[in-house]
Amino acid sequence: MAEAGAGAPPPGFWRQALRIAAKDLAIEWRSREVLATMTFLAVVVVLIFSFAFVIEGTRPPAPVVAGIMWVALVVAGTVGLARAFDRERDGEAIRSLLLTPAPRAAIYLGKLGATVVLMAITEVVLTALAGVLFSASLGAVLGRVALLLALGTIGFAAAGCTFSAALLRARGRDALLATLLYPIIVPIVIAGARGTTQLIDPISPDFDGARFWTQFLFALDVLFVTAGLWAFEPIVSGD
Amino acid sequence: MSEVGAALRLSKVGKIYDGRRALSDVSTTFAPGRIAAVLGPNGAGKSTLLGILSTLIHPSAGEIRWGDDRLGRGSLLRARIGYVGHDPGLYGDLTATENLTLFARLYGVADARARAAALLARVGLAEAAAEAPARTFSRGMLQRLALARALVHDPALLLFDEPAAALDPTGADWLARELGAEREAGRVVVLVTHDLAAAAVADQVVILRRGRLVFDETRAGGFGAEAVRAAYEAKTRAAPGEAKRG
Repeated sequence: MAEAGAGAPPPGFWRQALRIAAKDLAIEWRSREVLATMTFLAVVVVLIFSFAFVIEGTRPPAPVVAGIMWVALVVAGTVGLARAFDRERDGEAIRSLLLTPAPRAAIYLGKLGATVVLMAITEVVLTALAGVLFSASLGAVLGRVALLLALGTIGFAAAGCTFSAALLRARGRDALLATLLYPIIVPIVIAGARGTTQLIDPISPDFDGARFWTQFLFALDVLFVTAGLWAFEPIVSGD
Repeated sequence: MSEVGAALRLSKVGKIYDGRRALSDVSTTFAPGRIAAVLGPNGAGKSTLLGILSTLIHPSAGEIRWGDDRLGRGSLLRARIGYVGHDPGLYGDLTATENLTLFARLYGVADARARAAALLARVGLAEAAAEAPARTFSRGMLQRLALARALVHDPALLLFDEPAAALDPTGADWLARELGAEREAGRVVVLVTHDLAAAAVADQVVILRRGRLVFDETRAGGFGAEAVRAAYEAKTRAAPGEAKRG
C-alpha cells in the first residue's frame, strides 16, 4: 500500500502572511475591481465636497480639507474591506484557507496587509487630488501627512478586517459593516483629521500638535491590530 | 506526530449548538485504505461530524484520536487533512495552476509548481484549462480542481462533503474511480453524502439519525448499491409515532 500524508513542515509565520497578502493583491491586479471602485468613490467624495466648499479664488480652511480627505478615505476603505472578504466567501475559499497550517493570525495579517496596500494606492490619488483642488500646501509636509495617513489606514483596516471576517456569513453585511465599524473608528478619523489640519495649515502649522496625533494614531494601531489578532481565531472558528 | 496510515478513532463525540444537540455519543473508527460513507437524512449531523473531523468545528463532548494524537482545533494534524466540499473552496479569479500553487506553498510543498502540474494532469485539467481562471470552469471541472487542491499536500485523511452533488453521470463515475484510487493510496477516506449511489464504493457505512449513530458496519470488498440502500432504508425509517413527536 502506498504511503499517504508524509507531511512537510509548514512555512514560517511571516511567509504565510505574505503569501496570503500576495494572493489578494494578485487577484486584485487581475480584476482591478476593488481598486477601481475605491479610487472612484474617493474621487467622487472629494469632488462633491469641493463643489460644496470651494469658492473660486479662495482656499478652503485646512480643517475642511483634512476632513474631506479622511471622509473620502473611510468611504473608499469600507468598500475595499467588504469586497476583500467577499472573495473568501465565494466558493467557500475561506474554508480551504482555514484548513491550511497557516496560523489564523497570519491569515489576518495577510488580509490586513493587502487591504492597507490597496488603500495606500487610493490615498496617493486622493492626496494628489486634494492638493490640486483645494490648493492645499502639502509639499513641505508630505512625509508627515503620509505617515498620518499610513497609521490611520493601518488602524482602520485592522478594525475593518476584524469586522469583515465576523460578518462573513451575515445577511446585509455591507450595511452592517459600516454600522459596526464607523463608531469604532471615530477616534482614528478625529486623530487623522486633526493631525492633518495642523500640518497643512498654511499660516501656522503646528508640528508638535501633529506629532501628538501621530503618536495617538500609533497607539490606536497597536490596540486595533492586537485586538484583531486576538479576536480573529474565535471569529473565523465561530461554531 | 501521528503515524502515517493510522486510524481515526472517535470516542463519544457530541456537539451542541445553542442548546440543540446536533451530534451525540458518536463512536466509530475510520481506518486507512478504506472508504467510509456517512449517510443520514437532513439534520442527522453528517456535516457537523465532517466539520469536527476537519478540525473546523470543536466538539462539545468526546474526543478523536488519530494514531497516538488527539485531533482538534489548533492541532498540527490539520496539515494532513484534505477536504472536498460541494463548494470548490477555490479562488475564482486565480487560474487552476495559481490556485494549486498557492495552496501547495501554504502547506509547505517543496516544488509547488511541479506538484500543481502533476495534479492537474492527473485530474484532466492540464494544458489550456490550467491557465484559465477557475470561475470559467464548469461544475465538473471545478470539482476536479477541488480534488487536486485537496490532494496538493498529500494528505493522510481525505474528507468529502457531497462531492457528487450536481455532477453529471460521467463526473460521478470519475469521482468513484478517484475515491477508489485514494483508498489504494492508503488514505483514510470519509465521504458524507445523500447520494446512495455515490456511497456504493464504500467499505464502511455509517448511518446517523437525529445526531446518533444507528448503523456502523464494514464489509471487505465493499457494500455495493443494493446493500447501502437496504441499510439506509432500514435504519432511517421513522418509528411508529415518531413523525408526530417531530
